[in-house]
Amino acid sequence: MSAPRKLRVATTSLAGCFGCHMSLLDIDERLFDLIERVEFDRSPLTDIKHCGLCDIGLIEGGVCNAENVHVLREFRARCKTLVAVGACAINGGLPAQRNHLDLGDCLRQVYQYRDGVSGAGVPNDPELPLLLDKVHPVHELVRIDYFLPGCPPSGDAIWAFLSDLIAGRTPHLPVGLMHFD
Amino acid sequence: MSGQFLLDGQAVPFDDGQTILEAARAAGHYIPHLCWHPDFPPHGSCKLCIVKVGGRHVSSCALQAADGMEVDSSSAEIRGERRTLLQMLFVEGNHFCPSCEKSGNCELQAQAYEHEMMSARFAYLFPLRPVDASHPDILLDFNRCIFCELCVRASRDVDGKSVFALTNRGIHKHLVVNAESGRLADTDFSVDDLAANICPVGVILKKRSGFKVPIGERKYDAQPISRVSLEDES
Repeated sequence: MSAPRKLRVATTSLAGCFGCHMSLLDIDERLFDLIERVEFDRSPLTDIKHCGLCDIGLIEGGVCNAENVHVLREFRARCKTLVAVGACAINGGLPAQRNHLDLGDCLRQVYQYRDGVSGAGVPNDPELPLLLDKVHPVHELVRIDYFLPGCPPSGDAIWAFLSDLIAGRTPHLPVGLMHFD
Repeated sequence: MSGQFLLDGQAVPFDDGQTILEAARAAGHYIPHLCWHPDFPPHGSCKLCIVKVGGRHVSSCALQAADGMEVDSSSAEIRGERRTLLQMLFVEGNHFCPSCEKSGNCELQAQAYEHEMMSARFAYLFPLRPVDASHPDILLDFNRCIFCELCVRASRDVDGKSVFALTNRGIHKHLVVNAESGRLADTDFSVDDLAANICPVGVILKKRSGFKVPIGERKYDAQPISRVSLEDES
């Protein structure tokens, strides 16, 4: 009997710090088990630029700019199961701490008025994605199938979650692996 | 009157005047709660202790037990309602757990774990709630307030200082400090007050003691609040 088809998995970090991706690597030697059962499509691990048709999409980070919106919609369109991974994807996280502030004030403070900065302006290169006025959790833009909380979710939590998902079970985090920090 | 009622099919004895929640705890059964505290009369504001009795949704912290009652506290319907209440509390405030000193010891967070709240589901409101760091020993971070009024009640009824109050109504409700300036430093609030030690979330924080307990050893890191809460009492 031939081995079952490997599941295709895409991952991305939107307004995140790649900490969740680092945590994925924290599953350590279980990476060998994982790679027996999945193959990676678009991901920082492969450097593929666009998401193909996938079984599972893992989204790290919230939505803070126009590019994030495009990437998130592409993932939703091409992934059967989309998972919000980590605090930022689920509630905006650290980047969303700017949501109380006026975006223009924020940018001017950083690029014009900060100590040691003089004569500079807010960057406006057309290649730079435009910032949204607020940072949004991903579920406010597209339908999300599952949420994996944590900042970051531990390697054990990611492994437990992915094991369920790959085996076709509803993912469930046991006590001790469910953390918001 | 005393007697017994059925909690999720199990017989629970009660004494005269005991509420459903009190009798359940005395018999070793946990009903989730946030604004209820054993040393204070029922407040009935968080509604997390909601149970179903005779087809009606009631606050178990406030309803006196009666003989023969059939109480549903753990059906998917009741757990789902509690999860929704938690989700609304999360989006109403700014509960950014990774930066909160209370994380791991926070009852709101622990209830979210208990009820498998994987996301807040609703759109976050991101309210503007500036902190008050004026007091030498205490930091007030209003972002996390869930309006349980435990600090209000403790300061008024036990400490005799009435340092805190809730003001405005509905979605505009918020915690204020009872001083003309509105600053905690301009009150006689002390780090030894009961009100300084009763906040279930991360609003009233002692300075210079944050993050002392490492992740993994905090109150609700390894055990669910349903177990920790009953162990605390016994």
